[in-house]
Parts: sequence; C-alpha cells; structure tokens
Amino acid sequence: MAVDPLIELRNVNKYYGELHVLRDIDLTVGKGEVVVVIGPSGSGKSTLCRTINRLETIESGTITLDGQPLPAEGKALARLRAEVGMVFQSFNLFAHRTVLQNVSLAQVKVRKRKRDDADRRSRELLDRVGLLDQADKYPAQLSGGQQQRVAIARALAMEPKAMLFDEPTSALDPEMINEVLEVMRQLARDGMTMVVVTHEMGFARASANRVVFMADGRIVEDRSPDEFFTAPSSDRAKDFLSKILKH
Amino acid sequence: MNVLTDNFSTYGAGFLGTLELTVYASLLALALGFLMASFRVAPVGSLRVFGTAWVTVLRNTPLTLLFFAVLLGLPRFGLVLPFQVFAVLALGCYTSAFVCEALRSGINTVPKGQGEAARSLGMSFGQTLSLVVLPQAFRSVIPPVGSTLIALAKNSAIAGAFSVTELLGTYKTLNELGYNIIWTFVWIAAGYLVITLAISALFHALERTWGVPR
Repeated sequence: MAVDPLIELRNVNKYYGELHVLRDIDLTVGKGEVVVVIGPSGSGKSTLCRTINRLETIESGTITLDGQPLPAEGKALARLRAEVGMVFQSFNLFAHRTVLQNVSLAQVKVRKRKRDDADRRSRELLDRVGLLDQADKYPAQLSGGQQQRVAIARALAMEPKAMLFDEPTSALDPEMINEVLEVMRQLARDGMTMVVVTHEMGFARASANRVVFMADGRIVEDRSPDEFFTAPSSDRAKDFLSKILKH
Repeated sequence: MNVLTDNFSTYGAGFLGTLELTVYASLLALALGFLMASFRVAPVGSLRVFGTAWVTVLRNTPLTLLFFAVLLGLPRFGLVLPFQVFAVLALGCYTSAFVCEALRSGINTVPKGQGEAARSLGMSFGQTLSLVVLPQAFRSVIPPVGSTLIALAKNSAIAGAFSVTELLGTYKTLNELGYNIIWTFVWIAAGYLVITLAISALFHALERTWGVPR
C-alpha cells in the first residue's frame, strides 16, 4: 500500500543471550493499516510487537514511529509510548483500581486531563465496548473477555496513533473471544492503525490488510490475507497453515 | 518492687529516649528504604549499583561497628552533631537496608505485566512505581516492615553504650543506687514491650485497613 508509513522497522535484530529472536526484520505499517502477525510459537512475533513501544530493546536496526526514531529510556520514550496503545495477552488491568479508574488514570497523570473530563471520556469508551455498567467494579470481578475490553478502552483513552495487540484473545475462553474480536473489528473499520499478533485466522482473513508470517525470528511472508491463505509461497507457511486449518 | 515508683523520672527519661530514637530512626529508615528500593529497580544502571552497594554494606555491618563508624568517623570529617542525632543516623541507615529489601520483595510479588501496562500508557518510571506497583506491593510488605521496625526499637539499646539517654542505659544508674537488679530489668523490659507492642498494633491496623478488593 502506498500510504504514509506510521511504523517502520529497518534491519532490526534482537538477541536473548545466544538466541537470535529477531533477524533482520523490515516492516512498514501505513496509517490506517491493519497488519496481522502470525506464526508458530517461539517465532518472535510477540517480541516484534513489544519492540515497537520498546518494552523490548533491540540490539541493532532502527524503529521509527511517525517519522521519529524510537527514543531510549526517559521522558521522550514515555511520551511516545502514550501515542501507541498496547493490549496484552494477560490484560494487565491495574488490580487495585476500579474499571473506571483504570481507564482514567493515565489520562489524568500522563495527558494531564481534569479528572471530570477524563472520567467522562472513560465512560464514553466503556459504553463503546459495552461495559459502562461495570465501571465501579474491580478487574478481578470481571470475566476475561470483559477485562480485555476494558484494557482496549484504557489504551484508546490516550487517543493513540496506533494500537498493538499482543495475542489479545489467547488467554480467553472460546466463548469470550468473539466479544473481544468484535471490538477489534470495529476499531479496524474506524481506520485505526493496528498491529495484531494472533492465532485468530478468521480475524486475519476478514480485517487484515496484510498478513505477516514469521518463523524462527524472520519475516517469511508479507502479503494480503487472500493471497496468503489461498496460496502461501513458502513451505514453512504451507506447513503452518496445514496444521492449524485442519480443525 | 519500688524501683519504678522511686525512679519514675529516670525510667521516664530513658523510655522517652528510646521512643525518640525509635520514631526518628524509623522515619529515616522508611524514607531511605523507599528511596533505595526505587534505586534497585530503576532503569538506570548507576542507581541500581548504588542501591545494591548501600544494602550490601549496611546489612552486613554489625550495628555496633556502624555506631563506632558514625560516632567516631564522621567527626573526623568535620561533621560534629549531638550523639542522639548520630545514633538516629546509624540506626536509620542500618534499618533502611532491611526496609529496602522488604519493599523490593513486595515489588517482586506484583506481576510484571502491571508495570508494563503502566509504561505502555506513557507513565514515567516514577509514576509506574508510585501509582501502580508500590500500592500493590505495599500490602504484602506490611508484616516484614513491622518486624524490621520492632528490631530497630530493640537495637536502639546499643545507643546507650554511646552516652545517649535511652531505656536500657538506666540500669547503670539504678544499679549504682543499689536497687535490685532483677526488678530494674523487669521494668526496663516492660518499657520495651510497650513500644514494640504498640508497633505491632499499628501494623496490624495497617494490614487490616489496607486491604485491596481483588
């Protein structure tokens, strides 16, 4: 797609000691694009996702966000992280805060909004993910699917330029996966730039602009979902798809 | 038996001395322990090294030796303060190493994802620690910090050997006056019990009210 690049990774390498987890990664995500990253476990897809807001550091290469290189630790990095929403596999809602406080906290402390304004915006977002009636509960009182929808609302409250999803449905009961995917599909339709690490092939087919297939720390394929699912070019991808699409 | 009633003012002065040492040194230990725990989990390498060195040196030095170092050492560098202040410094710094480690173990009980989520929302290191991690760590460190402060109250007896007025030291005066040594010590022990039981009660109350609905 010949669009404005929002996220650009160039020649990115990362090691865990001897283990080379990301090998010469080149990836461009345009504004408004939805890129789904799939691959076998241990292929480096979660790590890739986490390097984009520097929850994982890299050994070499460059990552730029909206034209700016990713800063090292410090205030500049914090500012940049506020522009990139992240949704985790394990939800990571703040356990000692209510649902409403979870969504409002960073708006007040990072965006410096007034508490009332932040709470109003939080309620709007909770309404959007269908959880306004749960605003005063604590995270542990919600189901996994509900927690994950709160986590999405919390990330959206910062009005991010892009959203990263690190296996957002992998820790959920099957019946709760869809409620989360529905929120994500809606986001994709609204034009949010998204990088989604997932095993949900249905979501990849329906909502992705591109599918990135990773294996052994490399990007093996980077194509449209139609092409990828009907005619994968690499043996590695064929093998992977044959295993997961059987059932 | 009348050792207490006859010498109420001596006991009182000693009790107040111990109480003052305990309160001031506890405040110092909590503040420094909090600071050092933040250093030990900081993203900046030099801070982590400083925090680790602080804990290693202070935790592994016998307290009496530390008193000598502070009371005899600091004046050599031109720092001359009342002995009571020196005693608070020695006790507070020593105990801060233990408070730091208790806090750090509490921080380790908070799942890593909590900090990651806070950072991914753009919170600074200080905000992540103070708004998300420490409030959750706090609950699990209340009992060990309570024990540490009780130990501090009892350790304050060492200050008596350095001419600071405190409870244990009163036995010297009373012994010279010819009072029964057993009863002298019974009342000294009772004085310590008042302080340590008060600390236990305070931390029990904290533990009960700080409950987080989960």
